[in-house]
Amino acid sequence: MAIIFKPSPSLPPPVNSVGAVAWIKQNLLSSPLNVFLTLFSAYILYLLLPPMIQWGIIDATISGDTKSACTGGGACWTFIKVRFDQFMYGLYPPEEYWRVNLALVLLIINTGLFFVKSLNKMIVSLSIVLVYPIVAFTLFSGGIFGLEHVETSLWGGLFLTMLLGIIGIVASFPLGVLLALGRRSDMPIAKSVCVVFIETIRAVPLITIMFMASVMIPLFLPEGLNFNKLLRILIGITLFSAAYMAEVIRGGLQAIPKGQYEAADAMGLTYWQSMILVILPQALKLVIPGIVNTFIGLFKDTTLVYIVGMFDFLGIIQLANHDANWLGTTVEGYAFAGFVYWAFCFGMSRYSMAIERKLETGHKRN
Amino acid sequence: MSDKTSTSNNSFLNDAGNRALIFQIALLALVVFVGYYLFSNLQANLANRGISTGFTFFNQPAGFPVLIHLIEYTEADTYGRAFVVALINTFVISFIGIFFATIIGIIMGLARLSRNWLVARLATVYIETLRNIPLLLQMFFWYFAVLATLPSPKNSILFGDFMLNKRGIYSPNPIFQDGFGMVIAGFIIAIIASISLIVWAKKRQTRTGLWFPAYWGSLGIIIVVTLLAYWIAGSPIEFDLPQKSRFNVTGGMVLPPEFVAVLIALSTYTGSFIAEIVRAGILSVNWGQTEAARSLGLADSLTQRLIVLPQALRVIIPPLTSQYLNLAKNSSLGAAIAYPELVAVVMGTTLNQTGQAIETIGLCMLVYGSLSLSISLFMNWYNKKMSLTER
Repeated sequence: MAIIFKPSPSLPPPVNSVGAVAWIKQNLLSSPLNVFLTLFSAYILYLLLPPMIQWGIIDATISGDTKSACTGGGACWTFIKVRFDQFMYGLYPPEEYWRVNLALVLLIINTGLFFVKSLNKMIVSLSIVLVYPIVAFTLFSGGIFGLEHVETSLWGGLFLTMLLGIIGIVASFPLGVLLALGRRSDMPIAKSVCVVFIETIRAVPLITIMFMASVMIPLFLPEGLNFNKLLRILIGITLFSAAYMAEVIRGGLQAIPKGQYEAADAMGLTYWQSMILVILPQALKLVIPGIVNTFIGLFKDTTLVYIVGMFDFLGIIQLANHDANWLGTTVEGYAFAGFVYWAFCFGMSRYSMAIERKLETGHKRN
Repeated sequence: MSDKTSTSNNSFLNDAGNRALIFQIALLALVVFVGYYLFSNLQANLANRGISTGFTFFNQPAGFPVLIHLIEYTEADTYGRAFVVALINTFVISFIGIFFATIIGIIMGLARLSRNWLVARLATVYIETLRNIPLLLQMFFWYFAVLATLPSPKNSILFGDFMLNKRGIYSPNPIFQDGFGMVIAGFIIAIIASISLIVWAKKRQTRTGLWFPAYWGSLGIIIVVTLLAYWIAGSPIEFDLPQKSRFNVTGGMVLPPEFVAVLIALSTYTGSFIAEIVRAGILSVNWGQTEAARSLGLADSLTQRLIVLPQALRVIIPPLTSQYLNLAKNSSLGAAIAYPELVAVVMGTTLNQTGQAIETIGLCMLVYGSLSLSISLFMNWYNKKMSLTER
């Protein structure tokens, strides 16, 4: 009779190498230093978290319409609730809020068209870049079709922040690509013009550009010709952002191997064909994180318009904080502003990671 | 194909060189034309408004106070002196900010890589929160929501001889007595001695392979010699302690709240960016390098210091430079909370009082331009020194 080898079933792993206990042992208490660090972090958490929860949630007030309603000793979210419309639309006349809302809905619909497979993406892009701005501007500014005219100085709040951010992003990207291509070009004059522009802008803080846009530009224009301050600021932000964008994109262009340029030339493609069809798609994909970082920077930088006297989201909150009826709600205002900015910027950075993964066509070794 | 047809195809315009030439001439003409147009408009406008150009206003009395001044300054001083005061303020906040941002950045970057789960999570939360909130908002928060809500001078919070209140942070002010030169001399001698100790230790190690704890040794020499000199000279430092009077604090050294708010905001904000750079730099060093070092028998600390860090620094330095530049430029946001730096004094008050827009804005751009240039030149030099020496 043959002897059949029957291995006995393997023993379960020792209790202290699996499960929660092992995890804690490995990740929190693996060495004396680690024990100390864990205790230290836990102490910091203990110092920060309970008071924040106590202040922001347990003791907080959101009911009522005036400061006197806030008696809990915690956060006074009533302030945010009462001022919410102002934070969103600035000094825009309340009976005209629907115009801003309609423009936002139109933007969302227009962007949504990108995901409709049967539509040509080129046409959708053109409608966003060419048609939508005209429609939106007509809605915001009014003056025709029986719409009441609203001065740009009344535009404000999150609406103005979004406006500056979106226009800045959409306009600075193509400009940045052109500047980057110019800086990499063989033509000495075109190259030096781009280099001087990029390096000058990058050397100075945005605030000086803002002052230039608001104070200096009128001095450079002929008598009588003057244009809106908002537009001047927008041009300033766009040029500033385009210079940074150009450097990011240049990094991508440099990373493309020479063979790609030569192959495109060998195919008989013209300069623009080879750039648009071969080089840029690869280069831009490489630098998505840098591009999105520039966008995030631009969105955060829109807060600087407050310094030249415009009331964007942060500006209007700063204004409300100095309201004599609502003294002592400074922290609530900043917490709300911080949360909104954080949500936008963090969202953008996560979205860029998602795009990166989607466009990943390389061969990862692991 | 005959030569004739090909030449007819290659007309003047189809030649790449010619086209580039034409395009560049057009571009140059455009730039020159726009420049000329703007300049002539400027001249006409200035003539119309009766603004005289030039920096003669620099010699006129400024007539406004600058709250924080490290050199002597009164309202009777000139605009030129106000400019120098503001320039010093900008430099001071930039350099101290860079110092703290680097420390915060290194600590947080290492913490995010820590094997301790809790520490890594806390660092991640810190980085992702501060990076995604505008710097101006953070400055407002520190200035209006934290420092402005501190108690009045009468009810100052006390930490030993330090005081904390609405008007700022007060600390003892050291006053150097006669014998202090001896302490400085002792300190310099100690530094020379420790440098020679390090050189000697290195030489001996190359010659004999014997190791000597030169860095700890030199630290010891510096501390012992300086303290000895201090004791021999008869403790030549006296402290001017801050004293509470009825409505204010007198004496001592004060850090005004504007300075503290700008400094905290700048260094924590930039620190969160530096943390990510440090993390990326360390992750960029191949794990094989660490394994190779271990198999050579190097201790963990030596592996970090001799193998990982030098290689990580090569990746870290270029983006670190641009963060330093950003910090210097971002110090201009201090203008929004009345920290009297360059933008606030020159582009704010001086511009308002004199109307010299071109000069003031141009001067600010020039200063920031040269500051950026000097930091990037220094960092380029350092980068070259650290970079890979290839065969």
